[in-house]
Amino acid sequence: MIKIRNLNKTYNNGSPLHVLKGINMDVEDGEFLSIMGASGSGKSTLLNILGILDTYDTGEYYLDNLLINKLSENKAAEIRNRKIGFIFQSFNLISFKNALENVALPLYYQGVSRKKRNILAMEYLDKMGIASHAEHLPNELSGGQKQRVAIARALIARPQIILADEPTGALDSKTSGEVMQLLRQINTDDKITMLIVTHEQAVSEATDRIIHIKDGLIGSITINESPTIAL
Amino acid sequence: MFDFDSFREIISTIKKNKLRTFLTGLAVTWGIFMLIVLLGFANGFRNATMTNFSDRANNTISVNPGWTSMPYHGTPSNKEIKLDYRDYDLIRSKITNVEYLSPQISKSGTIAYEKQFGSWRMTGVSPDFASIMNVKIQEGSGRFINEIDMKDMRKVIVINSDMKKVLFKDENPIGKYVISNKIVYQVIGVYDRKNQFNNDLPAYVPFSTAQLIFKQGGNFDRISFTVKGVNTEEASETFEKTLRKKIAAIHRFDPEDMSAIYVRNTAKDSAQTAKILNIINLFILIIGAASLVAGIVGVGNIMLITVKERTREIGIRKAIGASSGSILRLIITEAIFITTAAGYVGIVLGTAITGAIGFLIEANATGDGPSMLKDPTVDLFTVVIATLALILCGVGAGLIPALKATRVSPIEAMRAE
Repeated sequence: MIKIRNLNKTYNNGSPLHVLKGINMDVEDGEFLSIMGASGSGKSTLLNILGILDTYDTGEYYLDNLLINKLSENKAAEIRNRKIGFIFQSFNLISFKNALENVALPLYYQGVSRKKRNILAMEYLDKMGIASHAEHLPNELSGGQKQRVAIARALIARPQIILADEPTGALDSKTSGEVMQLLRQINTDDKITMLIVTHEQAVSEATDRIIHIKDGLIGSITINESPTIAL
Repeated sequence: MFDFDSFREIISTIKKNKLRTFLTGLAVTWGIFMLIVLLGFANGFRNATMTNFSDRANNTISVNPGWTSMPYHGTPSNKEIKLDYRDYDLIRSKITNVEYLSPQISKSGTIAYEKQFGSWRMTGVSPDFASIMNVKIQEGSGRFINEIDMKDMRKVIVINSDMKKVLFKDENPIGKYVISNKIVYQVIGVYDRKNQFNNDLPAYVPFSTAQLIFKQGGNFDRISFTVKGVNTEEASETFEKTLRKKIAAIHRFDPEDMSAIYVRNTAKDSAQTAKILNIINLFILIIGAASLVAGIVGVGNIMLITVKERTREIGIRKAIGASSGSILRLIITEAIFITTAAGYVGIVLGTAITGAIGFLIEANATGDGPSMLKDPTVDLFTVVIATLALILCGVGAGLIPALKATRVSPIEAMRAE
């Protein structure tokens, strides 16, 4: 699914900041893994590069056997739209669109007809158990509900991989547990690769493999034989 | 490019900021409204001026006698020039393309009917005069002087609508007799003074009668005539020069002596008037366009703020697969939508107001004297051009903000709380 070889990234804001110093990693199809690291370790930068939201300087990044390098903005947008689903800590729902419209938005950019995408969006909201809140605006929803809407939005384009950036960061522990369970279920049922970036031990322990990143390098990789959701 | 879906997207964002969108649009509405109204008034002013000028055929040349100011071939200066039948014959037979021709002699005096009287000018003219000065006699108001009146030196008179009001009130003046300087004239016609630029309009009598009664010894106060084919300013100049030379030869004065005779040429006048009107129009167009530009800059400014406010939203859209093109379209179409919708309201209001004013002027036209405005409306062509300009302006207003929006980096946009 993902193959990264000797990836380097330096930010040049004033003084150069070498964030990623040669990352090597592989992610198999259908994996459920997490990237852990303290803030400033480079995990967010790595996630942005994985999501083609940011570029890298040297090295190689293959997504689904496709070399991702110096893509045009439109090509990057298309790949994001078709292959990658995003889940963010702060949900990133569009505030003036209701839950249904938010979920349907990726399909709008695929050129799917309004009728069709609303039916699909409703289906996904139903899957997330919040179909009854389809007409609600984001600020009328609880944190857990918002994240469910966001997950539905990430899923609707049937991506091959979901990149989740601190998906439970803004949620209480009970809701966090529910969200992690949901992600696990999606991974099992739909065979969608799930990559979660987090700094929380408990979250990472719910995944099958934990990649520890420290100072821009992969520190250690832990195989989690018995993942537990202890939130 | 523009489908119903993207329209829905725009409506949903406009709904979010109703008041702001309304106020932004108001500036454009006001701008285009002012442009339409100003252009309407400019047109009205032009129409009125042109109508007021239509009291003469627009190629009328009048020759008035004056005094010489230069000595010529032994004749001292300050000699009075008097026009007479020689000039009349010259114009009639030696100048080509003369269409209508009338000598004039005038006298002021009292005209009385029963106990009513007033002081007016009486002018002796030939039947051609009606065509030269566009004297209009409405149906049922009699007729103008004709050839038989001239031949028989009839004592008949054509009065104007003002005189009729003073002398006859509601009575029908046709066939009645008025007295002036102990001579009785029969009224044969009443002419309409509407659209006549001159405030001091005379009563007309046959030229032959006037010559007999006014006793001016065969001298004319003025000779007016129309010529075909002298329409431009240059042609007028040339024509005037030739005319001067010929008349100078008869009366023996220097053709360069401008005060010996006065030649007035409406072709030249109306060409100059048209020039002035064009300048006024241009000026108004600039003012109107400037106020419209102010409105459009307003739209651009608000769109810029909108883009800044929506940075996060744009970032999200990009993260979930919106291309730069679709973001560009989103912002530009919104700007076009605001300007066109608001501008359209301005066009409708502007046309309605100018139309209403035009209607009121028409309805309240009293028939006395010239009006300042006539039919103050803009033509369809101007409206179409204005609409196209609005769409173009929408693109202009949206372009910079839209380009700014496409440069939004999704990561940073979503990080911003």
